[in-house]
Amino acid sequence: MAAIKVHGSVISTAAMRVFATLYEKDIEFELVPIDLGAGEHKKEPFISLNPFGQVPAFEDGDLKLFESRAITQYIAHEYADKGTPLVIRDSKKMAIISLWSEVEGQKFDPAASKLTFELALKPMFKMTTNAAVVEENEAKLAVVLDVYETRLAQSKYLAGESFTLADLHHLPTIHYLMGTQSKKLFESRPHVRAWVADITARPAWNKVLAQQK
Amino acid sequence: MGVKVHGLALSTCTSRVLTILHEKGLDFELLPVNLLAGEHKQPHFLAKNPFGQIPVLEDGDLTLFESRAITAYVAEKFKENGVDLIRHNHLNEAALVKVWTEVESQSFHPAISPIVFQHIIVPMRGQTPDQAVIDANLEKLAKVLDVYEARLSSTKYLAGDFYSLADLHHLPYTYYFMKTPWASLVNERPHVKAWWEDISSRPAFKKVAEAMTLGQN
Repeated sequence: MAAIKVHGSVISTAAMRVFATLYEKDIEFELVPIDLGAGEHKKEPFISLNPFGQVPAFEDGDLKLFESRAITQYIAHEYADKGTPLVIRDSKKMAIISLWSEVEGQKFDPAASKLTFELALKPMFKMTTNAAVVEENEAKLAVVLDVYETRLAQSKYLAGESFTLADLHHLPTIHYLMGTQSKKLFESRPHVRAWVADITARPAWNKVLAQQK
Repeated sequence: MGVKVHGLALSTCTSRVLTILHEKGLDFELLPVNLLAGEHKQPHFLAKNPFGQIPVLEDGDLTLFESRAITAYVAEKFKENGVDLIRHNHLNEAALVKVWTEVESQSFHPAISPIVFQHIIVPMRGQTPDQAVIDANLEKLAKVLDVYEARLSSTKYLAGDFYSLADLHHLPYTYYFMKTPWASLVNERPHVKAWWEDISSRPAFKKVAEAMTLGQN
């Protein structure tokens, strides 16, 4: 029985963020599937792991966590010496990783996750896409990606010359959006396009996608 | 030491940074940014924050934006000064601080900030608040605060029985929210109310709150 368990769904963007981190660090874990369709995440025993009733939840021994970006940070620091380094000990370099992680959480994700829901997830569940929401959020995401384009012309990855948690956090929503009309936002910006191609080609990321097959 | 903050004392996000600087007893210089004159969209400012927002922190050759990245940097760099806001010697507690910091970012902030924006900022621009936006977010905020109420009945603060960065991040928006007609969302939840009264009465925050005068004539 693995000490590390992830309670979630292999198609959930937030859970995929955690899986990506575990695969990058080459850490064994047990997936405890949560049936979102059956509302399992809103009931016990899941709700005791996350009172907000959202996947994923995470266990490492007797430590129980939720919020994917808190989980990824815990893994990246606790297992700093294992697998791919995703954080840096130097406090100034770590500050730049935090900064671009905040940009993902505060600016990229609000628009990207609404687009993912409208364009990738709603069709999966035979729901109707809201065109006004798509238009509004593509406009917002375009503004953010203009900043990314300038940034990625200065450094190979968001926080510098190495792949870090700041880049990783983007993977699940980018993956979904590249299968929708919104891919044009990423493809029309050369440095963003190259960054997307690079980070989505990582072997650890492809292990996350293999879980969906 | 030469820490500079570009921002405004009445701004929520600037206040988040000023609060931690006071908690750590650090000297700093607050350099006002003239938002009304569009200074934050000028090239010299965009060079510091390409998103054109306050605050920006400069510490020597390091320039940072995003208030929660700035607070995380200050909390880490000055972890031995004053109160330990990140529980750096207790890995499990540190992880819980991160959980509740993310809760503020992902669940609390998206609900409370549109309410503060509509009620306080929108009228300052001579426009009418969108009550539908306010109502929808009050409903979301109420659900978040129900979870906080349950959490705070088993721990004194969000991450445990210790004040941390997770609690601090809530201060600025909640301060302005408590001046709206909907403060009852906090006051009707006894553990949330007690927690709010505790964290908002900390001297470091009281100092910052004196200058938080948005919406006052």
